[in-house]
Amino acid sequence: MAEIVSLAEAVERAIHDGDAVAMEGFTHLIPFAAGHEVIRQRRRDLTLIRMTPDLIYDQLIGAGCARRLIFSWGGNPGVGSLHRFRDAVEHAWPTALEIEEHSHAGMANRYVAGASGLPFAVLRGYNGTGLETLNTGHDTAPTIKPITCPFTGETLTAVAAIRPDVAVIHAQRADRAGNVQLWGIAGVQKEAVLASRRSVVTVEEIAESLDPRPGAVVLPSWTVSYVAHVPGGAHPSYALGYSVRDNDYYLAWDAIGRDREAFGRWLEEHVYAVSPGQP
Amino acid sequence: MTSQVSMNSVQTGELMYTADEMMTVAAARALRDGITCFVGIGLPSAAANLARATHAPGLVLIYESGTIGAKPTELPLSIGDGILAQTADAVVSVPEIFNYWLQPGRIDVGFLGAAQIDKFGNINTTVIGGNYGNPRVRLPGAGGAPEIAASCHEVIVVVRQSTRSFVERVDFVTSVGYGSGPGDRERLGLTGAGPMKIITDLGVLEPDPATLEFTMTGLYPGVSAAAAKERAGWNLAVASEPEIIAGPSPAELGALRNLQRSTDDR
Repeated sequence: MAEIVSLAEAVERAIHDGDAVAMEGFTHLIPFAAGHEVIRQRRRDLTLIRMTPDLIYDQLIGAGCARRLIFSWGGNPGVGSLHRFRDAVEHAWPTALEIEEHSHAGMANRYVAGASGLPFAVLRGYNGTGLETLNTGHDTAPTIKPITCPFTGETLTAVAAIRPDVAVIHAQRADRAGNVQLWGIAGVQKEAVLASRRSVVTVEEIAESLDPRPGAVVLPSWTVSYVAHVPGGAHPSYALGYSVRDNDYYLAWDAIGRDREAFGRWLEEHVYAVSPGQP
Repeated sequence: MTSQVSMNSVQTGELMYTADEMMTVAAARALRDGITCFVGIGLPSAAANLARATHAPGLVLIYESGTIGAKPTELPLSIGDGILAQTADAVVSVPEIFNYWLQPGRIDVGFLGAAQIDKFGNINTTVIGGNYGNPRVRLPGAGGAPEIAASCHEVIVVVRQSTRSFVERVDFVTSVGYGSGPGDRERLGLTGAGPMKIITDLGVLEPDPATLEFTMTGLYPGVSAAAAKERAGWNLAVASEPEIIAGPSPAELGALRNLQRSTDDR
């Protein structure tokens, strides 16, 4: 059963130095407040997993929380680069960042395998790309390999399952028992939570009970570790029905992220000097 | 959204327009009404929405966020803006959009951008210069593009043309066009036909039927073959009598500016 706790307590208990953490939310429902709490609690050596690192991981990487990044598209959507991510890859600032990169289809299927309790997933993908020969060096096993279909003989691609220590997501609602409900663009959040050993869910609202909503994703309380009430916890992304995407923030981030000092000031003012869960 | 406006603008007849506007209009014209289109963000999304607003109201827009049949009235900044989910025929999960919709070949056109593209239409959005482990420029990476390029029936690429973006051979193959030439897509088991058009701010390129090398087959008003060759990093072939592509009509330009204005105003 999920415990309903404060954001600070959820992060304190669920996320430890060196953990593999997947904060998911595909443009929509990105758990920014939880990410900022991880920065505030100064977690280190995290393996950060996310299809689209987005601003949330730009911030965590710039703050020095990450040792490794597993991802498939690391840009500021519609705006340009993630400059903290680039600074880490190009100049090892503030610390070196190992990367393991995939395509979206590959990452999505890796989560599906993790959620399914399988060691790998199969797809038609990567053939002929430079990606299929990457991720084979370093200290880690390759995560993309060809596989022969036992029925047709066709050569397909296997991708290794993702099994994070912790999944962190934001949802519209939970009830007092900790059942979680989210809707709109649902990304890979269900898969990320089910693939992970522990999970933290921040929500816009805690209701007495959840009214059924066709098409909504429901994560029963017994699949979730911690629920924290954090209205606006997805800002500057959004929660359909509660807020709209703050596109101006994404545009303004370009100048902040581009400059180490401006980023440092942003961290002090907007993360370290702020209480957990406050925008 | 602040639209990137090219420095050079062109005047034909009474209409004044930028090279970027011409490119977006040409890209929109490449989308037939009623087809399904997997849309990348940025230039492709602007063009796809312009097509919907003009000659192709029945165009089905599919974004990798899982929004199928999105009908935005303003240009989204990201592939997951709320307006896409709110106007979609269906919203599905990310594993579903790739596994059930893209992978089996249900989608007619993949509409992609590129940081670098080579003469065989291979796309790089991963790294430029140096080597993979120590690149000069780290780009965003693959996103949905490799499988869009592999599995859509055909692919159209929209990219500003320069010696930096048009290279003999991409530094990294993020998404496969024709590989090293004829036979490569079949050998790799890629189910779609590959890139059929590259639409730039100078004109339109199509693959040579025999060699699959991209050739400039159309030029915009006022663009010379020499200018097109100058802004390419390989010895670009230009058709002996390239089509002179009509400039934007007042309706096209008005619709494009309306889309951009509604986005700027919000």
